[in-house]
Amino acid sequence: MSFPLLTATAAVPAIGAVATAAVPAAKRTAAKWLALLFSLATLALALVIAVRFDPGAKGPFQLSESHAWIADFGVRYELGVDGISVALIALTALLIPFVILAGWHDADALDHDNANRRWRPTQGLFALILAVEAMVILSFEATDVFLFYIFFEAMLIPMYFLIGGFGDRAGTHDATEGAARRSSAAVKFLLYNLAGGLIMLAAVIGLYAVTADQLGTGTFSLSQIVQARAAGELTMGAGTERLLFLGFFFAFAVKAPLWPLHTWLPGAMGESTAPIAVLITAVVDKVGTFAMLRFCLQLFPEASKWATPVILVLALISILYGALLAVAQRDIKRLVAYASISHFGFIILGIFAMTSQGQSGATLYMVNHGISTAALMLVAGFLITRRGSRLIADYGGVQKVAPVLAGTFLIGGLATLSLPGLAPFVSEFLVLVGTFSRYPVIGIIATVGIVLAALYVLVLYQRTMTGPVRAEVQGMPDLKARELVVVAPLIALLLFLGVYPKPLTSIVNPAVDHTLSVVDRQDPKPDVRVNAEPHEAGSDRDAEAAK
Amino acid sequence: MTSVAAVHTLWTMADGAAGSPLAPDGPGRIPAPHIEYAQLAPTLIVLGAAVLAVLVEAFWPRRGRYYAQVLLSVVALAAAFAAVIGLAAGGFGTTKAHIAAMGALAVDGPALFLQGTILLVSLIAIFTFAERRLDPAAHGRPVDSFAAQGAAVPGGEAEKAAVKAGFTTTEVFPLALFAIGGMLVFPAANDLLTLFVALEVFSLPLYILCALARRQRLLSQESAVKYFLLGAFSSAFLLFGVALLYGYAGTVTYAGIAEVVSDGAKQIDPALADTMGNDALLLIGGALVVMGLLFKVGAVPFHMWTPDVYQGAPTPVTGFMAAATKVAAFGALLRLLYVALPGLRWDWRPVMWGVAILTMLAGAVIALTQTDVKRLLAYSSIAHAGFILAGVIATSRNGISSVLFYLLAYSFVTLGAFAVVTLVRDAGGEATHLSKWAGLGRRSPLVAAVFAVFLLAFAGIPLTSGFAGKFAVFKAAAESGAGWLVVIGVLSSAVAAFFYIRVIVLMFFNEPKADGPTVAVPSPLTMTAIAVGVVVTLVLGLAPQYFLDLAGQAGVFVR
Repeated sequence: MSFPLLTATAAVPAIGAVATAAVPAAKRTAAKWLALLFSLATLALALVIAVRFDPGAKGPFQLSESHAWIADFGVRYELGVDGISVALIALTALLIPFVILAGWHDADALDHDNANRRWRPTQGLFALILAVEAMVILSFEATDVFLFYIFFEAMLIPMYFLIGGFGDRAGTHDATEGAARRSSAAVKFLLYNLAGGLIMLAAVIGLYAVTADQLGTGTFSLSQIVQARAAGELTMGAGTERLLFLGFFFAFAVKAPLWPLHTWLPGAMGESTAPIAVLITAVVDKVGTFAMLRFCLQLFPEASKWATPVILVLALISILYGALLAVAQRDIKRLVAYASISHFGFIILGIFAMTSQGQSGATLYMVNHGISTAALMLVAGFLITRRGSRLIADYGGVQKVAPVLAGTFLIGGLATLSLPGLAPFVSEFLVLVGTFSRYPVIGIIATVGIVLAALYVLVLYQRTMTGPVRAEVQGMPDLKARELVVVAPLIALLLFLGVYPKPLTSIVNPAVDHTLSVVDRQDPKPDVRVNAEPHEAGSDRDAEAAK
Repeated sequence: MTSVAAVHTLWTMADGAAGSPLAPDGPGRIPAPHIEYAQLAPTLIVLGAAVLAVLVEAFWPRRGRYYAQVLLSVVALAAAFAAVIGLAAGGFGTTKAHIAAMGALAVDGPALFLQGTILLVSLIAIFTFAERRLDPAAHGRPVDSFAAQGAAVPGGEAEKAAVKAGFTTTEVFPLALFAIGGMLVFPAANDLLTLFVALEVFSLPLYILCALARRQRLLSQESAVKYFLLGAFSSAFLLFGVALLYGYAGTVTYAGIAEVVSDGAKQIDPALADTMGNDALLLIGGALVVMGLLFKVGAVPFHMWTPDVYQGAPTPVTGFMAAATKVAAFGALLRLLYVALPGLRWDWRPVMWGVAILTMLAGAVIALTQTDVKRLLAYSSIAHAGFILAGVIATSRNGISSVLFYLLAYSFVTLGAFAVVTLVRDAGGEATHLSKWAGLGRRSPLVAAVFAVFLLAFAGIPLTSGFAGKFAVFKAAAESGAGWLVVIGVLSSAVAAFFYIRVIVLMFFNEPKADGPTVAVPSPLTMTAIAVGVVVTLVLGLAPQYFLDLAGQAGVFVR
């Protein structure tokens, strides 16, 4: 038996969470370093996965592990990765150390006015972050539907405590009011996701009933169900398949979030600290879009095709609605939240366009959006901590006082608006091309989202960073060493993946092809390939022209 | 006059007509019934200990009585549990399952599984009964959650004298043992009369236990009166139903009734010539008996007593009642529906559908407006009764085993949750109003975290026993084609999740109040109870397979 690499990658942060939580109250700094250490160890293991993963290998999943777990429910502890999960595990493992570093002092204030030695906010914060990381990684690895569901649901609990317990204290005059707003945001987050999850539970049980009925023994194994379908042993009636698909999709659309199920996100991101907001949008929400690719499309291919028109329209509405509301925001964090809704619209558009460019683009988009939002949001968090306000109107002329902060903020912003040369451009472009080749009208309308993105990012930059220096901003310190350590690697990655996305695309493409083959969809124009560089260079110009 | 004559014939026939089994011994001599004492050991041990405990109460000096009673109860329950294990290991749960005690009691998988569950839960509950460190000592003597003297008028001179003399109501231990004995018989009862007797044996002590709270005695007595009156009504309904079913089938044994239901009455008893095989009697009688059981289960619309009784009863009793009674009552309901009335399932299933849906929705929705922890848990128990009914409806082997598993999981969570409630106290005793729980997570993170684990298990969050149980019953329901019931079930779980989460919000995200309650440090007894609750909750959530196997093997009724 080989070393259980996938289990280990999830076990390290889980052990880290327990270890961090166990650190005595007085040793706060030790707890922080311990958490950082465990997150770095996880990153190392994630890189080992990426290296060990062979994009050219046959079969849908690699590094698989399979153990009996709950035989009565037909549940096995089955892990495996395809290219898409490798990319997303790497993203998760990469972002968590930055989240921890950026949130280094977030619990200090809580610890300060804390008379009770048994209540340990610092340990709690970092332990919960690591717990979320472990569950997110497991849900990327699980190839058993039930196993996935368990972590998909269970991660809500630590997330809920992170949002409600460690919220942003900036911009609230009165502690009770702030607490009330935080807890209502946390409750909204939980209720939306729990309701989605429970509806999915009904569909999960339904799936079991269908497999038990037709295969003799109920199973949740993704590969077994896909094989049985291909072999014709398992046939679902159109009505059943659609209901099950809707049950799954509903949960993922809440998580992703897709309009009109998005309303929990701005509150949750606005009220939590910047690192937690990054955790929500860049890491946890990706599980939703990932699960659409892995479970919705592969388990219910016919129903996915049936639902495509509606989902594309909803995605389109998300893109435009999110962007328009971002333009209208006065609160920096809520602006980023609405921008994220717009971006999730692009991801879902790419997934359901059912073309290889679209889905490769969507997968790259998940990774790139994670990095770019992390960069923008974390710098915004540094800014907000300095000034103590989330309102755009409270800033002005920061550029002259803190040039490095302003510069990094601009790069994060430009990445968010998908400037060519930065990573998100590649993915957004692929999504649009992929959509256009099958649904030209939708592709064209979606492009408007890019224009709006330019508007909200640049107006945000202009109002906060340029113009006369406001009195309150006077003397604002520039980025400190710890903050630079957080931001610099993210920006470097954005530049690198913008110029040379091949490492990612070569991992992702075979998985996308496999997904499409399960769904039984061919590209309309098979000659356009993702990793054909010359083609991309040419298309850059098209996109610029389109702007 | 014909009916009188018929009754007369009945008696004369029994008295010595040719062909009667009693004939060889001649009239007036009744042979000793054949009783398999070893197989009934669990029940006999507990009931024997209960009788012994009454003697202890009468003759043991007051100083050492508490210790003697606790020791006796714990030893008896442990011995009875060991006997259950012994029987199960001896194959009585599977291959050797049969009907014992002249057809009165079944010794089979479900009976042993549920008896084991009841005994374990009761053992833990006795620990919380025996807790004496939570209430401040009265006149230098440690006191428990029970009134100094049950007969003393609340606030009267007699009560003051009793408190001053340091009396404690050690009668709770024999009462609990009698109740447990009845509960052990209840799910094993294989005829309607045994069912009724068992019901009374466990209900009467519970009514008394409910009235014995040390604090807020009037509330406690009120709850006992309500419970007693409504319970008496439901017993009467049940008894009436028994009579009608006897009129229909000419027998009270489950197997006999099932036979008449499926094949029709073969040998018409002359005394019952007018009624036997009359479907109206079957339907009305069956409905009345089921009603009596649904009352004990706390299903809508027979749930009215639950919140008041849960709130008024001493919290250890509430926990015991909520956990053990539910196990026993669902066991009896399962056996009645699966053994006596399977031929009638096309009639009772639609009704049970309605009851299950009403119970799930009403429990979850009404719980939203509750402001008292104990009332909240009461409505939550109603909602859970609805979930369990979904498994009952499945009418399959998976249905039985999922209900068994759910009951095991649920009873430990419930007991643990009520044990935590006993810890949160202010000057007036337990602080059960929810507003007082604000900020508990800041004051005592460990207690709040433990309670949060129980709440999450109630809500059915994955990795807790509540999720495994809920999945099992919903899976069984879905397999039997009750897909829409499952959908309604998950929707009401979503509603239910809201109020569990609300308590978590209150504990962790609200600022503690200056005059808030304190968390009392319990003795190892309550700590054990809570710790066992947490461990079982997590083990059944993470690795439920062993227990699912156990429930699966136990999932066959003997006929």
